[in-house]
Amino acid sequence: MSAPPVGAVGREHPRLEGRDKVTGTARYAVEYPVDDVTYGWAVPAAATRGRISRIDTAQTLAVPGVLDVLHHGNAPRLAPGVDDTLFLLQEPTVHYRGEFVAVVVAETLEAAREGARLVRIDYDTEAHSTVLSPHHPSLYRPDTVNPGYPTDTAEGDFDAAFAAAEVQLDTTYRTPAYHNNPMEPHATTARWRDGRLLVHDSTQGSTPVQATLAQLFGLPPETVRVIAEHVGGGFGSKGAPKAPVVLAALAARQVDRPVRLALTRQQLFGPIGYRTPTIQRVRLGADADGRIAAVCHDAISQTSKVQEFAEQTAVYTRSMYAGRHRRTTHRLVRLDVPTPFWMRAPGECPGAYALESALDELATACGVDPVELRVRNDATVDPDSGQPFSSRNLVACLREGARRFDWADRDPTPGARRLGRWLIGTGVAGASYPARSRAATATAAAAPDGTFEVRVNATDIGTGARTALWQLAADALAVPADRVAIRVGDSDLPPAPVAGGSMGTASWGWAVIRACEQLRQRLRDTAVPAEGLTVEVSTADEVRAQRPLARYAYGAHFVQVRVDADTGEVRVDRMLGVFAVGRVVNPTTARSQLIGGMTMGLSMALHEEGLLDERYGDWVNHDLATYHISGCADVERIEAYWLPEEDPDLNPARVKGIGEIGIVGSAAAVANAVHHATGVRIRDLPIRLDKLLDRLPAG
Amino acid sequence: MRAFRYHRPADVTEAVALLDAEPEAAYLGGGTNLVDLMKLGVQRPDLLVDVTGLPLDTVEALPHGGLRIGATVRNSDLAADPMVRRDHPLLSRALLAGASGQLRNMATTAGNLLQRTRCVYFQDTGKACNKREPGTGCAARHGQNRDLAILGWSELCVATHPSDLAVALVALDAVVEVHDPGGAREIPLVDLHRTPGEHPERETSLPHGALITGVRIPPLPFARHCTYLKVRDRASFAFAVGSVAAALDLAEDTVRDVRLAYGAVAHRPWRAYRAEEALRGRPFTAELAAQAADAELAAARPLPHNGFKVPLIRNLTVRALTALAGAAPR
Repeated sequence: MSAPPVGAVGREHPRLEGRDKVTGTARYAVEYPVDDVTYGWAVPAAATRGRISRIDTAQTLAVPGVLDVLHHGNAPRLAPGVDDTLFLLQEPTVHYRGEFVAVVVAETLEAAREGARLVRIDYDTEAHSTVLSPHHPSLYRPDTVNPGYPTDTAEGDFDAAFAAAEVQLDTTYRTPAYHNNPMEPHATTARWRDGRLLVHDSTQGSTPVQATLAQLFGLPPETVRVIAEHVGGGFGSKGAPKAPVVLAALAARQVDRPVRLALTRQQLFGPIGYRTPTIQRVRLGADADGRIAAVCHDAISQTSKVQEFAEQTAVYTRSMYAGRHRRTTHRLVRLDVPTPFWMRAPGECPGAYALESALDELATACGVDPVELRVRNDATVDPDSGQPFSSRNLVACLREGARRFDWADRDPTPGARRLGRWLIGTGVAGASYPARSRAATATAAAAPDGTFEVRVNATDIGTGARTALWQLAADALAVPADRVAIRVGDSDLPPAPVAGGSMGTASWGWAVIRACEQLRQRLRDTAVPAEGLTVEVSTADEVRAQRPLARYAYGAHFVQVRVDADTGEVRVDRMLGVFAVGRVVNPTTARSQLIGGMTMGLSMALHEEGLLDERYGDWVNHDLATYHISGCADVERIEAYWLPEEDPDLNPARVKGIGEIGIVGSAAAVANAVHHATGVRIRDLPIRLDKLLDRLPAG
Repeated sequence: MRAFRYHRPADVTEAVALLDAEPEAAYLGGGTNLVDLMKLGVQRPDLLVDVTGLPLDTVEALPHGGLRIGATVRNSDLAADPMVRRDHPLLSRALLAGASGQLRNMATTAGNLLQRTRCVYFQDTGKACNKREPGTGCAARHGQNRDLAILGWSELCVATHPSDLAVALVALDAVVEVHDPGGAREIPLVDLHRTPGEHPERETSLPHGALITGVRIPPLPFARHCTYLKVRDRASFAFAVGSVAAALDLAEDTVRDVRLAYGAVAHRPWRAYRAEEALRGRPFTAELAAQAADAELAAARPLPHNGFKVPLIRNLTVRALTALAGAAPR
């Protein structure tokens, strides 16, 4: 063999599809040219709870270009029991305001929209309940929490240890509803031909969409093909099939023509999932040096009456810091609201906001530096499972971040630094996220011309996954990357799990590397035959055989804010994150994931809030002008670093996943910095100027 | 959305005649607000008369000082105009504090003045709004009203006017040139926008079909000595939570003259006459500025979620005037 090629892994590389995206040639779900295409428009329920008593479509059908109106009275039947959130247009029941109760299909988008406006629906309404409260009469204990964790845990005797602790902290934090808001809305083009269904869907995983559509429509899975070559983000909300793909498939069957259906920005606030509001009580009992003896995290969140979703808010507290006596609980309330779902780091994100804020409060109470407090409470084995960690570099992240941030020079006194009208403060928070892998399949094929094609049904939702897999494949094949092509985003490819849980590169990469290694092995003995040579592998057995270890990525956030003493406006001068995430395959896209997550945490801390109007039972600020998401101007300097971390007990790609850890703890670091700047502790996000204005120190 | 006709008139006369004959027609400027509202079903014109081709796109100096701004001058062009930047920097500052570069490239001067409230209930046809549908009620009055009015509202409507430019223009005594079927006339900008009263659906004093052709700014010797402070929930691309436009003329330490206007507090840009009156002729101090703001805000009636706007506007007033006084040319 020739000399080993230069490794692709670890090198900066722009996204393979970057040029297609910025020049507009990359196609998204409703952008493929389709002959004879029609347009679907989803009609939201204007009642919060009740039943449809009458639907009058006469005015809609009179609009020129309108072809049909589907509703529970006439839509094709779906198989029940597959996914209750997708059992659409089957029953007259309305579970929440905005639930899709009809679809108008027309020759043009505009006619469909006008037709949707003219559908007359009468409802028999019932009293609704849409506000989460800790005293709600229907508070209950779910059997498990997402994605299968125990609902409650207890080690030792929390109550006794807390009562005996020298320093006791008992605080409650609240977070509002957050809405995922990917740039590309949930959108689908669906067409039926000869009993087969082809959809282009904006999804984080076309394999589960294929399986779900097959079940709903009673089809053999191989007759359903789902393509998601380019996806404009999801942040979790496209991690499972959502209403548009079902509505488009129903409509296409009804009118026997292809249907394009995209949700509006307004329609993304609810029906496709959101992060539940949370109410979190955190109790910490510690000695005077800040060593935690007792920790308890009680989390309350909401779900819908359609389907249970239990955010695993307190799970973060189970494994993050030491402490012999510990307890976590989760309680849910079923409300007349849309079903909450995954949003970037479900559980860890809101949970870390509460715990990392409480640690800051404990540091203040004990007079211990908040970095040092976290170091003192580092765990040597997973306090939850008792298992050893595959690697745990939280302390190294804290130390490296403190060094880069000049943390040692910090005066811990809150409200002590002032520059003109600005009150200046800094804050820190820890972060962790599970490093999981799931089984996947992949093929690697060699062509006689010396090129290779690697196929895996990964989904690149804008993260750079396609590029990272291509780099991993090139190194596993030991060939220059320009001889390797990668194909993702099509259910006809070897099945693989969704882009979610920060386990995409770990899971898909595992299968890609094994396929490439096996192909390379085969090619040691044989030349590539004229028809090419393909190997396919599944990692199911290997993933199942993983050693039982606690596997986590870690991080530390450092933030400087300034608060306007006259107006209460909070501006972020600097965010700095240091992460221990295993190997970084592509620094270009990794950095984007990390700073994107950090900014999203800033957005959570200062800006985002779904404002519920109880009378209507929905969120009234349902567009990007009134639901504020942080932009580039909201952080003046942002830096992400990672430690060199070689963890042999992860996966062949030796990665821990980077899609979510950036948002974990980020909001707490901002909130802690606001407290340091002002002396004011805001425990209900977002930290808006009106919550600070009358509490700021006089100039 | 409703099917509509589209027409580009040859001149102002044709434009005005068209709208006069068509009760459901609307003028189209940059479309940055109207087109959104049409998609949402909030506005449903059956004819759009696109006035952006009319020769109303220049900024001219007036013979005795002052400025005339054509109705279709784009916000970006107005903000960047050398005369505006030199003589009326308040306009540039207000414009650049608003929207985004892309929106400012499209939005026109008159369109900016005539944009509709961003009250979330107005923009949602599934919610009650007297402005959108008279007689249906005001959901905002007892709903989510943090961003809404503290001054001049009525039980029928608590909306605010969203423009930054209008706040600056009203401080500068701008006059609006209007064409309607009766001919040309002028309206002081401060009289263009209404308080909601019994008719929140009427936002301006213009009858249907009246076309704003330009905005005139009279000469003001201390126009360069100005500031525009805008508070918003994020650093850019957000409507004001509260804003203050101010220009100050000090003689020694005494306030010779002053212009003060508030944004995001009422159904119209709010010229703070009472505060100005409290300032004129008195030796300037921060305490005087606070008293002046208090005089203006004495009439404030905060809603359940926006009581903070009173101290916010007070603080902004003090900061704006104090900064101008500190930097006053002597």
